Amino acid sequence: MFTPPPTFAGFGLGLRKEHYRDFLETDVPVDFVEVISENFMVDGGQPRHILRQVRERHPVALHGVSMSIGSADGLDHAYLRRLRALVDEIQPLFVSDHLSWSRVAGFNSHDLLPLPYTREALDLVCRHIDIAQEALGRSMLFENPSSYVAFADADMTEWEFLAAMSRRTGCGLLLDVNNVYVSSRNHGLDAQAFLRGLPAERVRQIHLAGHTEVTDLLIDTHDQPVCDDVWSLYAQAMSLLGPVASMIERDDAIPPLAELLDELAIARCISERAHDLREAA
Amino acid sequence: MTLAELQRDFRVWLTHASPEAARRLDPRAGMGMTVYQNNYRAQLVGVLEASYPQLHAWLGSSLFLEAAIRHIDSRPPHGWTLDAYGADFEATLSHMLPDNPDVHELAWIEWSLSESFVAPDATMLASDRLAEIDWDIARLQLAPSLRQRSVTTNASDLWSALQQQTEVPESEMLATPGGVVTWRQGYTCQLKPIDAIEHEALLSLRDDPRFSALCDALVARLGEEAGIARAGELLASWISAGIVTDVD
Ligand SMILES: [Fe+2]
Repeated sequence: MFTPPPTFAGFGLGLRKEHYRDFLETDVPVDFVEVISENFMVDGGQPRHILRQVRERHPVALHGVSMSIGSADGLDHAYLRRLRALVDEIQPLFVSDHLSWSRVAGFNSHDLLPLPYTREALDLVCRHIDIAQEALGRSMLFENPSSYVAFADADMTEWEFLAAMSRRTGCGLLLDVNNVYVSSRNHGLDAQAFLRGLPAERVRQIHLAGHTEVTDLLIDTHDQPVCDDVWSLYAQAMSLLGPVASMIERDDAIPPLAELLDELAIARCISERAHDLREAA
Repeated sequence: MTLAELQRDFRVWLTHASPEAARRLDPRAGMGMTVYQNNYRAQLVGVLEASYPQLHAWLGSSLFLEAAIRHIDSRPPHGWTLDAYGADFEATLSHMLPDNPDVHELAWIEWSLSESFVAPDATMLASDRLAEIDWDIARLQLAPSLRQRSVTTNASDLWSALQQQTEVPESEMLATPGGVVTWRQGYTCQLKPIDAIEHEALLSLRDDPRFSALCDALVARLGEEAGIARAGELLASWISAGIVTDVD
């Protein structure tokens, strides 16, 4: 039986092409970086070379988007072998993916599609997490996705699903605070209940990101600064959680690194305040 | 509805925009299913644009988008990584623009460069090893990043001009068909047009990697003196370019 990976309290950024230079040539004040695993699950060439160099300077978290842990027709074992090879080389801080699915019958949507929160899906996801963790030889983190539809026949809430999944498989959780906000707004849920419903001791990492509003729906675009509502949700999360690794996720409209470091400074500040309040209490 | 049924319906919605499938998944018919549909298509268009920047510039946005839409409608993604989605875009372009070999060749160049970019690493052959090689039995090892094809147009000139943002020449047929190779030297991708003799010589190494066989083939084609001279020239250029990465 796996247990969630060791805690790491720190502040990091997603490593994006636009900032390779900064990370290779300057001392970027972050405690870790996160990379998209698939971008580096290649045979060779510059991407792997850059990652090796960055790894010499910073702890690296591997964040995947293609495991498709909720596919009814099973996991892709060749994918798991490729990921294992990368894990063995990089010795990452965390290995994560999403509570979602992408593949069905040879088709790959390359999107993080929502699962119904049913007992059937929970059994299947847990079976798959067992297989994946076994194949990687370590425990993983799974992230709550943003979703735009909620299926009618759910047996439980998303946070109940996440909690049960983590308890049964020993995986840790990656809490994306923006995704909590987006999904809660889209489906009329109580974001605070979501946070309180998660097993705080199993959360290892936090994502902070921006979203876009389109005709009454919030869309998880990662192309904006973190908004005030998400910052206050982060403050609440930090008052509930133990030591975690927090980071800003930006995938589009990528600004100069300094702007992201400024956002990260806000996260540090909020986290310290939450910590002080907890100590005082 | 079982999970498998739900996922089948979702696929039909994404690939065929079937309203029945969407209604089964979301009876309230909110905007959510449309968001997934848009994200799916926009992401695939985006990855084709990112994989083929020079082809995009060459065709112009509206023709490129038309090709991308055709590709998405006829070839839904199936690979493990989104980056692989553009692999058979050339086939879609060949259907759509059958009389534009420049476009097919440009697409091939761009895709092969991206494959070379992440192909397995190889080291250059050290020059001090050359003296000790017995060339009568030597077998040439090609870079794992090497890709080649025959060409009939000046597509490699087009690609280079587009990439360097210099004046792009008219596309034209070559006086005699030749070849083009892409490979990676260290971490830098290379593109080179080659003549028909070099193209055949490199192809023949895939079947028979012996340097002596290469010499025989070139002698048969060019005569004793010219054949041996050309074999030596080719070998020297391949070693210094990192196209031949080892000799055993
Ligand atoms: Fe996230």
